[in-house]
Amino acid sequence: MKKNGWWMCVAPLYVFTLVFVLGPALYMVAVSFATNRDSGYGFQWIFTLENFRRMLDPVYLQCFYQSFQLAFTTTAAAVLIGYPFGYFMGRLSAKGKKVLLFLIMVPFWTSSLIRLYGWLIILQAKGIFNTALLKLGLVEEPLKILYSYPAVLIGMVYALLPFMMLAVYSSVEKMDWSLVEAARDLGASPAEAFFTITFRLTLPGLLSGVILTFVPSMGLFFIADILGGNKIVLVGSLIQDQLTRGSNWPFAAALALVLTIMTSLLIALYRRITHVRDLEGVF
Amino acid sequence: MNPTEQITGQTNEVKKEERPALLELRQIEKSFGDTRVLKGIDLTVGEGEFVTLLGSSGCGKTTTLRIIAGLEEPDGGQVLLEGRDMRGWGPEKRNVNTVFQNYALFPHMNVFQNIAYGLKIRKVAREEIRRRVTDMLTLVQLEGFEKRMPSQMSGGQRQRVAIARALVNNPRVLLLDEPLGALDLQLRRQMQLELKRLQKKLGITFIYITHDQEEAINMSDKIVVIREGLVEQAGTPARIYDDPRTSYVARFVGSANILTGKVLSLRNQEGVLEHVSGRAGFRTSGRPVKEGEQATVAVRGETIRIWPQKHQDYGLAGIITEKSFVGGMLRITVVLGDGTEMTVSRHGINFDYDAGQEVRLEWDQTAAVLVDREEGQPGKWGSSGHMDKEGRQ
Repeated sequence: MKKNGWWMCVAPLYVFTLVFVLGPALYMVAVSFATNRDSGYGFQWIFTLENFRRMLDPVYLQCFYQSFQLAFTTTAAAVLIGYPFGYFMGRLSAKGKKVLLFLIMVPFWTSSLIRLYGWLIILQAKGIFNTALLKLGLVEEPLKILYSYPAVLIGMVYALLPFMMLAVYSSVEKMDWSLVEAARDLGASPAEAFFTITFRLTLPGLLSGVILTFVPSMGLFFIADILGGNKIVLVGSLIQDQLTRGSNWPFAAALALVLTIMTSLLIALYRRITHVRDLEGVF
Repeated sequence: MNPTEQITGQTNEVKKEERPALLELRQIEKSFGDTRVLKGIDLTVGEGEFVTLLGSSGCGKTTTLRIIAGLEEPDGGQVLLEGRDMRGWGPEKRNVNTVFQNYALFPHMNVFQNIAYGLKIRKVAREEIRRRVTDMLTLVQLEGFEKRMPSQMSGGQRQRVAIARALVNNPRVLLLDEPLGALDLQLRRQMQLELKRLQKKLGITFIYITHDQEEAINMSDKIVVIREGLVEQAGTPARIYDDPRTSYVARFVGSANILTGKVLSLRNQEGVLEHVSGRAGFRTSGRPVKEGEQATVAVRGETIRIWPQKHQDYGLAGIITEKSFVGGMLRITVVLGDGTEMTVSRHGINFDYDAGQEVRLEWDQTAAVLVDREEGQPGKWGSSGHMDKEGRQ
């Protein structure tokens, strides 16, 4: 009786996962081996490896390289800014924490697309950023930041930083500070105590932040599209392009499959290197 | 020859007197916000002593310990370790280690790494670390536990790791903040004995915090009773127990009975107190008091004798209100004429009187002691407690 009741509660979760997660994923795998119609719309269920062979074209390899490179840089920047921020946030008074959490949440009330257009306004040649630099006499000509790699990087870091900050914050919040006192008592300087105790114990939060930043940054194509013009093509944009304008579903599916596998492998490798099993909130 | 001898003798004597105590606190003050936690703590700790800071929660004993460890800076006063002022010295620079109340073991390190932490930070050679940690594990009887994580151990085992982690650094003073608080009674008794054994074996000075008076009496060479941020009394357990200075100490250590009355007569440091219910003897223990003054005395339950009502000439008349058998002792509550409750303790369960019966209470004149009378200068009790001990020996 009890067992039946329990199953009734859990069943919807399984159904949901099967229908909306596993189903589409398997469909994507299947489609990646199908053949695209040369003319017109749609594809045929004829097995082929052509979609994967096509990816070895330098144009596409370059695209993968650029995506990973941007994801790494974004993540690194998010770590450098997000860890100290999350750390100090975790050490604030209860009131200070509340205020900062609120301030981090506020931007989420606006559509991310609209916020991105905000950056467009800030970074453009006659935008706030350049005007300020000109007025301060730091530059003589407006910088051409928009539609360049730095603009995309700024946009990516901006979009993903909150996840890093909150992940680090949550693990700093849980920190038992008497451990740091114990370390000091045993002869550790503040810096030694930080690296041997605090950093080590907040590492799970930092690593969760890394994954929460790295994985989405592989797929956030619209930031590169809006802030990078058409100069920076990421795998995400490529997939979107193949699905819509290119109308080549099998190739899009193959690209998505390879991207998923590569990302998973990187995360697996990363977890092995760092020996952290209990990533907070991710797995 | 003679003059030289004299001079040498003199200098030696001077040296002996001026030799600084291992640890000395002078008028330590500390406030958190508007709360004055410490109001001028004086404390002297000698080499190899087991000193217990005894007090109820919130009295400032933990803050005192944290100030000695360097985890907290005092607002006023001095901490002298081996005669050196510790102001501005961080906890990492003091040759003092702490066993924290919640043990504070590093959860990401195994037992070996936890104990080795202090040595590793000080860059002790790997071989020596291995040897010293192994010795420590033997000392606290945890051989073979090197690879265990703290989360896989029981409270008592974690406790031992915490002690080993502190002791491995050969501190001049080991600070223990209610280290047995989280353990059950049986384990606590066992650990009390073990800690005492350890302290004697190593000869390291222990400063131990507890709110448990039995623990304090069992383990300490010297007890310092702290109340509301001040030292109420310091001395040997026997002195604290037999000769409490205040009614607070008398009640807190061994829950003595407190009786207030008028001094009827006084002779050779012994007097008679007049109370509504009769008369009772007391000793002044050198504390100032005059005939005719109001005075408070403390008397232990186990020194009180109960007689039938018919004895009229001495003792205090009262009515038995309660009898209970606790820990091998029979406790009898007797209420006096003015409502004062006196608790009498007796060995064994045989007792001829019943609740509601009128009786007389009586004790030897020296069993009750005059309390709440200033003796010497206030605030100087911490250091005089130290001299006390020497004076008696």
